[in-house]
Amino acid sequence: MDFELMLKVYPFFLEAAWTTILLSVLTAILGLTCGTLGAAARLSRFAALRFLGAAYVSLFRGTPALIQLFILYFGGPQIGIQLDAFEAGVIGLGINAGAYMTETIRGAIISIDKGQREAARTLGLSSWQATYQVILPQASRLMVRPLGVNLNMLIKATALVAAISVIELTYTAQRYIGSTYKPFEMFLLAGVLYMIIIYVVGRGVAWLDRKVQIN
Amino acid sequence: MTEQTDFVEIRHAQKSFGALEVLKDISLSVTRGQIVGIIGSSGSGKSTLLRAINDLDPLTGGEIWLDGVQVNKSLPHRQYEKHINEMRQQVGMVFQHFNLFPHMTARENVTMAPKMLKGLSQEAADKLAEEQLDKVGMLERIDYYPSQLSGGQKQRVAIARALAMKPKLMLFDEATSALDPELVEEVNLVMKRLAEEHMTMIIVTHEMDFAASVCDRVLFMDKGVVVEEGPPATMFKHPTKERTREFLRKHIEGAK
Repeated sequence: MDFELMLKVYPFFLEAAWTTILLSVLTAILGLTCGTLGAAARLSRFAALRFLGAAYVSLFRGTPALIQLFILYFGGPQIGIQLDAFEAGVIGLGINAGAYMTETIRGAIISIDKGQREAARTLGLSSWQATYQVILPQASRLMVRPLGVNLNMLIKATALVAAISVIELTYTAQRYIGSTYKPFEMFLLAGVLYMIIIYVVGRGVAWLDRKVQIN
Repeated sequence: MTEQTDFVEIRHAQKSFGALEVLKDISLSVTRGQIVGIIGSSGSGKSTLLRAINDLDPLTGGEIWLDGVQVNKSLPHRQYEKHINEMRQQVGMVFQHFNLFPHMTARENVTMAPKMLKGLSQEAADKLAEEQLDKVGMLERIDYYPSQLSGGQKQRVAIARALAMKPKLMLFDEATSALDPELVEEVNLVMKRLAEEHMTMIIVTHEMDFAASVCDRVLFMDKGVVVEEGPPATMFKHPTKERTREFLRKHIEGAK
């Protein structure tokens, strides 16, 4: 194993890791937004919204994220959507992650005992008041861990945008293989950096989960 | 009809879940201050009837009136929501499984709705919580979370939470059924005290002794109809209907 080479190129990998982190953060924000809207739609009392929510989830979970990225980035210009690679990466992955988060958020909400809503409604709270005073504070605690799993998957999924030439970790590794012919070292370096990012995020999620538990 | 005779009035209540008819044309009126017990085996429709009164299980036919206002009147969705929220503020409900809010202390459980719906200040709300929790003997645990309380204590906090809205009517849906036997009495005592204050109450229960000691009237329900009703002395000692006798016989055997 060529440690000398790894030492020489790792600053470029660090830089690429920042792009991966930025990509992850933006994707997570967009994903959470889509997930919240998706869950609200799926739990709506309007059948049309429920249908839209369900269609969103099955469409984006039912096709490969890579195909979704290709359609957006390569197919987009054909239908008038012009995005640079980074934008397409964030939007494509964000909408994809949102479909998974929709199910996570919805799952946490429907797992709250229906007696909780009944007790709140019985006191005279409106449906919305019951939701934000009683249901969401409990459901949000249940969401932390499974959303952490979504986040973990999302970070790893950012590797896909190498295929649309966003210069992030995986793309950088591929690029240095082209000039060094050392795929083992280059992918190993990328892998280690992914692991560090995911480890730190995982600890953060575990900390948050402990912090929000009741007692 | 004066308010003395029609404080709670149920007219031809009918409820179906698909093909299953759980309430069949039930009419019932409760006067102010009256305490009515509803007994019957599970599946008789007694909980459904109770839950229909504050529209948790909306009727498919018939009317519910409370203090001269129809509870289940037909209105467009938004107006109906506003109407039903106002009605529900006047009706306290206590559940078999307490349904305390686990992320709130006893104090917060009691004060949340009055603060939100009646705009009580924190100071006034604290005073209310102390008053209501003291009434159910839970003042010492005012800042405890539900998970730190026993079943009987939880149920007493749940009663305090309902009373904090100053309801005109209290509904009890098997309030002691989920409790360990040694914890039943503390909840019964709180309910007896409410009875002494002439709170109007409708109590669905499996406890015949309790029904006999606090209720003014007892209804026996079976298969969606009221089979028989009367003062507890008559109902428990000299029921006239064979179905009532059979139920009571089985129940007494079951208790032994």
